Amino acid sequence: MTRNLTFSIFRYNPMDRTSTPHMDTFVVPETSSMTLFIALTRIREEQDPSLQFDFCCRAGICGACGMLVNGRPNLACKTKTKELPDVVTLLPLPIFRLVGDLSVDTGTWFREMYSRVGSWIHTDREFDPLAEEERMDNALANEIYELERCIECGCCIAGCATARMRRDFLGAAGLNRVARFMLDPRDQRTEKDFFEIIGDDEGIFGCMGLLGCEDVCPKGLPLQDQLGFLRRRMGLAAIRSFLPGGK
Amino acid sequence: MQTFVTDVLCIGAGLAGERVAIAAAEAGFDATCLSIVPARRSHSAAAQGGMQAALGNCSMGEGDSPDVHFVDTVKGSDWGCDQEVARLFCDNAPIAMRQMAHWGVPWNRVVPGKRHYYKGGERFEKEEKAEKAGLITARAFGGTAKWRTCYTSDGTGHTVLYTMDNRAAQLGVTVHDKVEVVSIIHDAGQCLGAVARCLRTGELRVYLAKATLVASGGFGRIYRESTNAVINDGGAHAAVLDTGVVPLGNMEAVQFHPTGIVPTYILVTEGCRGDGGTLLDVNGERFMHLYEPEKAELASRDVVSRWMMHHIREGKGVKSPYGEHLWLDIRHLGERHIRVKLREVDEICHNFLGIDPVESLIPVKPVQHYSMGGIRTNKDGKAYGLEGLFAAGEAACWDMHGFNRLGGNSLAETVVAGMLVGAKLVEYLRGREAVWNTAAVRDAVLRVEDRIERLRTGTDGGENVYAVRDAMQDALQDGVHIFRNADGLGRAVDSLREIHARAKRLGLRSNGVGANPELAMALKLPGMVRLALCVAHGALMRTESRGSHAREDHPERNDRDWLNRTLATWPGESDELPTLTYEPATRVMEMPPGDRGYGNGTIIPMDAGENNS
Ligand SMILES: Cc1cc2nc3c(=O)[nH]c(=O)nc-3n(C[C@H](O)[C@H](O)[C@H](O)COP(=O)(O)OP(=O)(O)OC[C@H]3O[C@@H](n4cnc5c(N)ncnc54)[C@H](O)[C@@H]3O)c2cc1C
Ligand code: SF4
Ligand code: SF4
Ligand code: FES
Repeated sequence: MTRNLTFSIFRYNPMDRTSTPHMDTFVVPETSSMTLFIALTRIREEQDPSLQFDFCCRAGICGACGMLVNGRPNLACKTKTKELPDVVTLLPLPIFRLVGDLSVDTGTWFREMYSRVGSWIHTDREFDPLAEEERMDNALANEIYELERCIECGCCIAGCATARMRRDFLGAAGLNRVARFMLDPRDQRTEKDFFEIIGDDEGIFGCMGLLGCEDVCPKGLPLQDQLGFLRRRMGLAAIRSFLPGGK
Repeated sequence: MQTFVTDVLCIGAGLAGERVAIAAAEAGFDATCLSIVPARRSHSAAAQGGMQAALGNCSMGEGDSPDVHFVDTVKGSDWGCDQEVARLFCDNAPIAMRQMAHWGVPWNRVVPGKRHYYKGGERFEKEEKAEKAGLITARAFGGTAKWRTCYTSDGTGHTVLYTMDNRAAQLGVTVHDKVEVVSIIHDAGQCLGAVARCLRTGELRVYLAKATLVASGGFGRIYRESTNAVINDGGAHAAVLDTGVVPLGNMEAVQFHPTGIVPTYILVTEGCRGDGGTLLDVNGERFMHLYEPEKAELASRDVVSRWMMHHIREGKGVKSPYGEHLWLDIRHLGERHIRVKLREVDEICHNFLGIDPVESLIPVKPVQHYSMGGIRTNKDGKAYGLEGLFAAGEAACWDMHGFNRLGGNSLAETVVAGMLVGAKLVEYLRGREAVWNTAAVRDAVLRVEDRIERLRTGTDGGENVYAVRDAMQDALQDGVHIFRNADGLGRAVDSLREIHARAKRLGLRSNGVGANPELAMALKLPGMVRLALCVAHGALMRTESRGSHAREDHPERNDRDWLNRTLATWPGESDELPTLTYEPATRVMEMPPGDRGYGNGTIIPMDAGENNS
């Protein structure tokens, strides 16, 4: 029953002058309920302590462990070896800056995204510590939560053809973030404000709608619906801006 | 080497760290948060259940108030907490929750009408009032008199942390991620900042600040089996302990949860047992009713964990490549119940074990879950021992949890403490000029550089980093777990002393260049062993049972001699054990010690002779 798994792993340490990009092979005996988190940790602790990769929650919650598993962006912690062939190729996510081996810099990418889309509630209301909270319909709260479930793993960006061509493309995660704030009545931004953020080729009009993003999103976010929704709203906003009296 | 100067340095960008940074930024100060991972990956994001605040909006929360919350919290702590702090916390939690709503958290809200809920497998009915529609609602959690736990579906920590990070971005808080603090810079009783290592390049950096806050979360990873993120390894605690002057409080108070899945130790909810799930041993037989005839699987967390470990020790565990475990059986609950009512459990089983809980048993065992102990602060969040050093969140022993924290109280603590400590920190900053003793800064850096050089070249020896870490984890796992007694604890302390000596002779096997992970572990490992010694030695000395600290040889809670808090410091570099002192658990006693109403232990009352503290 026990297989030997062969891992072919991308190696490159940009801080080491003697390092050049190449693939290394490691063999690990498979154990029951093995995940890529367990396999990679074993390789690092028993075979090559310099191997770089990122795990944090190891429970599919934090988004740290995105990588290409046999060519497909996925969360390594919830990938069971049982579902993989005997030979597994692991590559870092493309598009994000490489830190080393399988580790990439998603933090910088996402931080730039927040400042571009203004990833916070824009309001001029002050918080009053003595007042009752503003009421919200529970169904709406749940809808907002559905869009807020993105864990910023970067899989949708890595799987997106537009993002590969245009470094400045907001990607499904960025556009989804905008949709989240458009939905939120606490955010006082208008359609025009949002149009200024995403109404061009770096935003919603750069998206080719082929949906590589939704296919690979490990959280199953409704990216397709959101992209369609934004395209319609932004299309209308564009038309309105040409009409007399449009705002 | 880069040097960064800021008003406030927050070591940690989870909920507690960011909340304090926000308070500083709102007051016009520069705030910089450091984090090993991007802020939003901090472990706060992993909390699914929710956070407690006595809003009293939902029908099952009617009549709730900060006073009721206070009683629950002090009882929960087994009277080990600082009651002034518990009071501050409970009074401010509702404000913090509403503020998070104002900043964007999509809290679940009250929906008027009749609804069913289950308790102990039985069906009950409740009705939500129309006038409360749209206010923040709450769910039930263990150990609370009212439904008080605010939540956003199954992603509370995630939404609250994302909202907090959004607010931080809006206010221009600087976050340096993939940066790990290695040591605290201090001079003449004043904290000056920290030396950190960049996890992108491996370079050292200096951060100088007028005030430094430690909000680095728990240190569960000194145990092999833990529900904590892999970054929760206590590196920052170790840096604080290494100052020699700042004490860690109640390090022996460690919370264990009965059902972590084997092998990854992800948590499956207590709801499994609540709904009628049973625990089975290697022979497929139930055993909990043998030990606890009345409550069986439904006894409290610490009690169930204890009997599970006992049963494994009796040779009834299931052997696996990941060590021995037991089974959780929920098959008899039926497919509909599992897929609908226990959806999260169903998903965890599929995603991480590749099994279907409708047909298969779930491998589980008790695992480390929460660190009640941490950097001891006063009620303002100021660390003892160094001016300008603060702590908040799970990293701190502020101390509202005492010897056992209630579910839902820690997430709330991060935000409430962040708000209150943030305000005190701003007060501290006002009118304060920074003076850096450059020699002290240079010394701190040189020490780290020297350590790195010695590790790379193997000057001190060739001990394998991971082997030493494994030895430390085994020692804790065997001797300082749920079961505690003088024998086991004594053995653990002895072996940890040897392991500590080995940890001073580490040598790298890789070249240590760049963002090398082996070097990161090697730098913090000796400090982690010192933390382990604080836990083990503190537990050995505390000859009573209180909350999660359960001594088989001292089963009674001894309020006469032990109504106090352990303070552990490590004054000399060549010390082999922490120095322990004690202080009263609370200065203000709003609620005198009494029966918790659960856990049925005996109590040696406070006035049965003199108090030793
Ligand atoms: C599985 C699980 C479920 C939980 N569920 C609940 C729940 O439902 N309700 C509840 O109330 N509580 C829950 N808890 C507890 C709660 O989540 C934590 O106590 C809380 O989130 C801790 O927050 P924090 O801000 O103190 O630290 P964290 O969120 O852990 O953040 C720590 C920060 O410090 C950084 N850091 C650490 N070390 C260093 C270093 N050396 N240098 C630089 N940065 C460093 C990290 O990168 C991170 O940014 C749960 C815990 C677990 C493990
Ligand atoms: S649908 Fe748009 S965002 Fe998604 S992968 Fe295609 S181009 Fe990228
Ligand atoms: S949208 Fe999905 S794939 Fe993209 S970053 Fe978020 S969770 Fe990952
Ligand atoms: S490690 Fe957190 S999602 Fe994989």
